[in-house]
Amino acid sequence: MPFTKEEDIKAYRDMLLIRRFEEKAGQMYGMGLIGGFCHLYIGQEAVVVGMQMAIEEGDQVITGYRDHGHMLACGMDPKGVMAELTGREGGYSRGKGGSMHMFSRERNFFGGHGIVGAQVPLGTGLAFANRYRGNDRVCLAYFGDGAANQGQVYESFNMAELWQLPVVYVIENNQYAMGTSVARASAQTNLSKRGVSFNIPGEQVDGMDVRAVRDAGARAVAFCRSGKGPYILEMMTYRYRGHSMSDPAKYRAKEEVNKMRAEHDPIEQVRVRLLDTKALTEDDLKEIDKEIKAIVNESAEFAQSSPEPDPSELWTDVLADLEA
Amino acid sequence: MTIEVLMPALSPTMEEGTLAKWHVKVGDEVKSGDVIAEIETDKATMEVEAADDGKVAKLLVEEGTENVKVNQVIAILADDGESIQDTEAPKETKAAAKKKAAPAKEEKAARAAKVDVKSDPELPAGTEFVTQTVREALRDAMAEEMRRDESVFVMGEEVAQYQGAYKVTQGLLDEFGGKRVVDTPITEHGFAGLGVGAAMAGLRPIVEFMTFNFAMQAIDQIINSAAKTRYMSGGQMSCPIVFRGPNGPAARVAAQHSQDYSSWYAHVPGLIVIAPYSAADAKGLLKAAIRDPNPVIFLENEVLYGKSFEVPKHDDFVLPIGKAKVMKEGRDVTLVSHSHGLTYCLEAMAKLEEEGIDVELIDLRTLRPLDMDTVIASVKKTNRLVTVEETWPVCGIGAEIAASVQEKAFDWLDAPILRVTQKDVPMPYAANLEKLALPSAAEVVEAVKAVCYR
Repeated sequence: MPFTKEEDIKAYRDMLLIRRFEEKAGQMYGMGLIGGFCHLYIGQEAVVVGMQMAIEEGDQVITGYRDHGHMLACGMDPKGVMAELTGREGGYSRGKGGSMHMFSRERNFFGGHGIVGAQVPLGTGLAFANRYRGNDRVCLAYFGDGAANQGQVYESFNMAELWQLPVVYVIENNQYAMGTSVARASAQTNLSKRGVSFNIPGEQVDGMDVRAVRDAGARAVAFCRSGKGPYILEMMTYRYRGHSMSDPAKYRAKEEVNKMRAEHDPIEQVRVRLLDTKALTEDDLKEIDKEIKAIVNESAEFAQSSPEPDPSELWTDVLADLEA
Repeated sequence: MTIEVLMPALSPTMEEGTLAKWHVKVGDEVKSGDVIAEIETDKATMEVEAADDGKVAKLLVEEGTENVKVNQVIAILADDGESIQDTEAPKETKAAAKKKAAPAKEEKAARAAKVDVKSDPELPAGTEFVTQTVREALRDAMAEEMRRDESVFVMGEEVAQYQGAYKVTQGLLDEFGGKRVVDTPITEHGFAGLGVGAAMAGLRPIVEFMTFNFAMQAIDQIINSAAKTRYMSGGQMSCPIVFRGPNGPAARVAAQHSQDYSSWYAHVPGLIVIAPYSAADAKGLLKAAIRDPNPVIFLENEVLYGKSFEVPKHDDFVLPIGKAKVMKEGRDVTLVSHSHGLTYCLEAMAKLEEEGIDVELIDLRTLRPLDMDTVIASVKKTNRLVTVEETWPVCGIGAEIAASVQEKAFDWLDAPILRVTQKDVPMPYAANLEKLALPSAAEVVEAVKAVCYR
């Protein structure tokens, strides 16, 4: 499938927004404005942006705790996401969820889940609901190479294939589960083969190339939408930062990170392509950079000016009242 | 020498069954392993095999006889060479005869205890009552709600083709089909999570656990995903799901299959926890649970499944969640329990009455939210409280009630609050030890007399 100039421009903008947003979040964490755990998506932007280009309005997305990129790619408001990171009233969960627990019914984003692998049965359940209702919606269930070793992932694979559920399992293999490399944790390091015994097709994808991601995503989504059951995509990607803000990442060499950044950066690839094909000029790109910077700064300002939740919020949203 | 063929037990909790069919007649030669009869309970069907070679001398129970007690002699085989006429039909075995009286008495007590509950909706005038087992009431609740709402479905191990491991979902597959009555693989963690996901997407799953012992495999999804998501999403996400199945000690199945999880789930904000005793409450509260927009833990009890109660014949019989029921009003002491714990209370109550102690008996019905108003009002009247549960004592339901009562009604208490619970040990297998580990009517009597200083 051709990747048009317009698609390259959109991918560039979307990936750059995630990159700049995450950089800002990192700074704000350093300033003490964001607390707790904060897992940055820097380096992996092509995965979620490419996959988002492969789905349609109404398809569902669910992921784990490294979720800021997914929310922005789903079209959620950066202000609401950033304000949730700072624990403010204007956040998507009104400050009660934080970095790992955000949702948007409107954008079909089902979280944001903090327990490694728990989103996989949940996403399979979203797909179950699609099949139950007889619509042709597809669910993207993202998880990492670490979660790929959780038992509930395989319980989900089994049911998804057994019942032919429309779910794409997107394994974001960023090479490290916190500090443990894939080779040190996985007997079978080719995670795309993890569905073999369930007859679930899988493929490995260059997750640093947004075009490859979009293409593989389109294949997988079409497969699921046509009622053939689940599909596995193993996205070979890389996170530049530590597992979370408190991880100095001493388990890998600086050179490894630098090499990835220099040779495979997902955003740089698109930037070079846009310039080489003369689709955009340096000035055009600068203009985009400026716009993105403004959006991110605006979100950061909002996240600091939005008040903390009212103390009464402590007691709300525990249970719903019975609907009339 | 004659060989007695006894009515077998199909399950650890079976007390009686129906002799559905004889496959042999008097005079037939049978070999060990031959199928000689079929027996049925409301839960299962099984073939009875001859355990020895011989000739059928007598069939003591007619085909189609209901309520044949476990261990009753149902046939006699004669040894080779022995004349059939020599054999004599024995009287009922002692074990079977002894068992007969107890359950009837208990049921009588349960029926006698029909008291109007102010919180329960008034039934239309002239509403008929039907006698139903708890098992049937639960099934009807599910069937009625499934007819009412297309988004309600049942999933779990053996719920469809097998008709339910405990036959609670009997007949649902026939009426609603495989789309809405879903057999799952043995994969509790997975299907609990899948159910939660489906609920987040707006369906209303009823997830059956074969027993709540196996729900421990799934407890992360129940608590971290189902209970907390509404809060973590600032109220955006909803999880209208019911997790149901038998909870608490069964009989002779030892520690891993005999545990009461009441206090585990009652501990968690974001959950509703219901544990009914009677069939009517089971029905009315399960219907309410299915309609509720929150995740509900619905704790049933295997021993109660086969007990019969009067249930209103009414399609829209829905009871309020979070309201305890005063089963019997009394002056002297408040007895609080739930689920199967009430059987000990009812038995104890009869004895206490003889001794002139007038007990007020409260069935909590819902464990979260706990209806402390009803308990406190009762304690203010009787000034004495005993709690009864099959949960372990430490951090149990009784512990919570005792803490609340001393906070809110300290000055009304005339005696320390006592708890009757399962002993603080894993459930033993041996019959005598199991009996010791469980609460008993005698312990309830003793505790009540102690708080009454008698």
